[in-house]
Amino acid sequence: MGLLVAQLLTGLANAAALFLVASGLSLIFGVTRIVNFAHGSLYMLGAYVGITLMGVLPGAVGFWGAIVLAGVAVGLIGVVIEICVLRPVYRAPELFQLVATFGVILVIQDLTLMIWGGEDMLGPRAPGLKSVVRILGEPVPQYDLALIAITPFILLGLWWLITKTRVGILVRAATQDREMVGALGVNQSWLFTGVFFLGSALAGLGGAIQLPKGGADLLMDFSIIAEVFVVVVVGGMGSIPGAFIAAVLISVLNVFGVAYVPQSTLVLMYVVMAIVLMIRPWGLLGREEKAGEHGQIGEPQRPIRPAGWIGRSLVLALIAFMALIPVFGSTFTQVLIIDILIFCLFATSLQFILSTGGLVSFGHAVFFGGGAYVAALLVTYFNTPMELAFALAPLGAGVLAIGIGWFCIRLSGVYFAMLTMAFSQLVWSLVFQWGEVTGGDDGLVSIWPSKWLSGTTAYYYFTLAMGIGGILVLRHIMHSPFGYALRATRDSARQAEATGINVKQIQWMAFTLAGAFAGLAGGLFVFSKGSIFPDELSISTSFDALIVVFLGGVKTLAGGVVGAAFMESAKDWLTRLEYWRLILGLVIIAVVIVAPDGIVGSLRKLGERIGIVREEESMR
Amino acid sequence: MKKLITTVAALATALVAGSAATAADSIKIGDINHFKRLAAFAEPYRQGIELAAKQINDAGGVLGRPLEFIHRDDDGKPGDAVKIAEELMTRDGAVMLTGSILSNVGLAISSFAGQKGYIYLAAEPLADDIVWSSGNKYTFRLRASTYVQAAMLAEQAAKTDAVKYATIAPNYAYGKAAVEAFKKNLKALKPDVEFVTEQWPALFKIDAGAEVQALERAKPDAIYNVTFGTDLQKFVREGTTRGLFEGRMVYGLLTGEPEYLEPLGAEAPEGWFVTGYPWYAFTDGPAKQFVDDYEAAYPGETPKIGSLVGYMTAKSIAALITKAGSTDTDAMLEAFKDLKVATPMGEITYRALDHQSTMGAYVGTTTVKDDKGVMVDWSYKDPAPYMPSDDEIRAMRPAE
Repeated sequence: MGLLVAQLLTGLANAAALFLVASGLSLIFGVTRIVNFAHGSLYMLGAYVGITLMGVLPGAVGFWGAIVLAGVAVGLIGVVIEICVLRPVYRAPELFQLVATFGVILVIQDLTLMIWGGEDMLGPRAPGLKSVVRILGEPVPQYDLALIAITPFILLGLWWLITKTRVGILVRAATQDREMVGALGVNQSWLFTGVFFLGSALAGLGGAIQLPKGGADLLMDFSIIAEVFVVVVVGGMGSIPGAFIAAVLISVLNVFGVAYVPQSTLVLMYVVMAIVLMIRPWGLLGREEKAGEHGQIGEPQRPIRPAGWIGRSLVLALIAFMALIPVFGSTFTQVLIIDILIFCLFATSLQFILSTGGLVSFGHAVFFGGGAYVAALLVTYFNTPMELAFALAPLGAGVLAIGIGWFCIRLSGVYFAMLTMAFSQLVWSLVFQWGEVTGGDDGLVSIWPSKWLSGTTAYYYFTLAMGIGGILVLRHIMHSPFGYALRATRDSARQAEATGINVKQIQWMAFTLAGAFAGLAGGLFVFSKGSIFPDELSISTSFDALIVVFLGGVKTLAGGVVGAAFMESAKDWLTRLEYWRLILGLVIIAVVIVAPDGIVGSLRKLGERIGIVREEESMR
Repeated sequence: MKKLITTVAALATALVAGSAATAADSIKIGDINHFKRLAAFAEPYRQGIELAAKQINDAGGVLGRPLEFIHRDDDGKPGDAVKIAEELMTRDGAVMLTGSILSNVGLAISSFAGQKGYIYLAAEPLADDIVWSSGNKYTFRLRASTYVQAAMLAEQAAKTDAVKYATIAPNYAYGKAAVEAFKKNLKALKPDVEFVTEQWPALFKIDAGAEVQALERAKPDAIYNVTFGTDLQKFVREGTTRGLFEGRMVYGLLTGEPEYLEPLGAEAPEGWFVTGYPWYAFTDGPAKQFVDDYEAAYPGETPKIGSLVGYMTAKSIAALITKAGSTDTDAMLEAFKDLKVATPMGEITYRALDHQSTMGAYVGTTTVKDDKGVMVDWSYKDPAPYMPSDDEIRAMRPAE
């Protein structure tokens, strides 16, 4: 009994920081509709700023003062980010802002390293709260009790702010209907800035308040972000009481997971998330999304058409040039192009469901890595010939997509995205923790192609054929009747239904197709690298693909390819430099601001303005 | 269109010219590491390498040519590391590869090196597979493996009368291997031991309060700890606060390494038996010489285990190329057989049997001195007695 109570208290104490960070993210999303990937970075900054201030300010007052000040400081940093980075891109296509926040992550990572150095910092203990209290004979740290006591007050304070004040009324109004609030004469930009301040301050507070239980280190940003997303989604996006309940639920569950299923702590959280989303698609306290709210924002999408003869001959020339690379380029040039092509194919497969289908997936890496793992497992355990294993990679990924798609396509918008993320994390944690079969994080090695493909040049031509072939097939499908039907489901599910299109079935098929092509890219990847590790299934790989699709231009056909090629080449050049993450982050932010329609979209607009590209009929 | 072709042609020429333009004078070594992802570990390692390279080059270099390390960041991603490996070897003119801290990146480079016929000296990755079950002709490893270091702790544990053990290790390959090796060796030495609980926190996501409660619940006589970095900090803090370590012996793998002990400051655990690197306690010999050189080269800094590994890596490569007499791959492979290198830890040998060096490890007991965690009663252990038998190793290594 005593132990049970003590475990419950541990869970409640752990929920404190999680709740703070998650409520901030939830608030920002609710009002601005920005999925702020950089929220983990703000949490990390809170920890570093807090630790520095605690070193300067003396005593208990200094300690608690430092926590509050850290919150304020991070809130101000949030304001700077909002004004400099996000404000210029509010009019961009939906979710485009997440690319900018991704750039912010990179910048903050390098700046933190520059300012505070690489060494992990241990947080100071809270003055006066250093020992334990015995509750039913079990030791419970005093600071845990303090955290349990503080959290409800913060919840109450936020609740009061949201429900009882004018600011809160505006925030709630904006959560429900942004445009209406604007139309009623409320200055939206300052409202957004204010919400960003509050949300960031909460993240900073979360980072500072956990210091006595941990410290500050450079990996904090990524290690909390997945958990925070889970909490926000389970609680319901935009709901602060929901975030609180979910934070407590997840934290308590983790504590009992540690005690009773210590091997599978990673999996547990995502299982809960998947179950909650399947029963309550909008989270525990979230509200159902109104139709259309997430449909089309900004200018309407243009009709697509096959490339004209100029476009085709340019592509042909490019392919011919690439086919000649082995004649005059170095081996490394070929290796680099193999990498770029694989990434382009992966990005195109995401673009297929994302822009043509309007289904934003946050977990597309599960099919890329899934395909790679299918091939690698076959080679490792059954000595399958490379050709067969390679052919089964897209097939395996496709089957996986059928399974995951069945659950996911019942949702839409951000909830669809979050459920795909839950499933991809589920698969990732399974692969990571099922070491006996998958090799865990030590992966599967020695997965090399057959003799006839083992040379770099041979594999280069193989990738060229498969990669470009795959991209062209996907493009062709976009122009086929199936592609048109898919776009109909994106633009108006109801009207599509009325014309006799089976919306869910079309979406399911598209999801499967995209998964299979991602698996094809995965198959190419594993045989080019000779090994596969769980990293390729992880959130960050999914995000990489997402980023390049948006960066290239989500409302274009070639966006994925161009974005991927741009990103891979930029990375290849920049990683030679000392502070490459800082520079890459700034480059991404700059591209986002200069080209809010993505690289391709903005180039096309520029072309139209100066008259190189013919403006299309529908635009008049 | 014509303009386009000219541009493309010019670009292509530039590419070709770029790849051909490698300075012929220095001997280049490609070093791939996670300089950003694991800055706290990779930076001391780089400094160790650069210190050794400077000493070697001041003394006239290798084969009359200066030794140059090209450091490249892989962001901790195995796929990127493999790409960079290819670039270093084919474009930058490196003669061999080294680097990596993370085991998975090490394994990826090793497999790639085996496929392409590039020599790879894995400096820091600890996974046993690198030289044993996934070993190959072209891969060599410097640091004492997980197995050996765990066996050293097990030997000490077997001397006590504790029978009920609890283990806590990060839930990934390294943690699992470390627990398995400890259990195997301890059971062999003392068959009546019992493992009452095994805790597996996710790497860098430890829920320390819950872990401590779970360990306490099992009422072990002694604890074997494999957590490190921020996990270790949180575990030590919660464990100390809740009295988990009172009256219990704790065996800590790597816990004594400055990278992990220093951030704990005055809260470093006392009385743990650990493997580590007591650089502050050396009084003479090459070990002290290295510490002095390092502190002179990098004022205000103290050596970490990574610094030592980096230094020994560069020294090993210099010795290798000197012995081979050329930078030809076959000559270097031949020279690697039982290569002897003088290092701050004394002379080490790269065993022809499994390509593993005989770099050992320091073991000792932790205590707090002047608000800093240090190792006392330490000794240097040679790895040979802790290795599996030669036949066992031969059976593990794939046929060449």
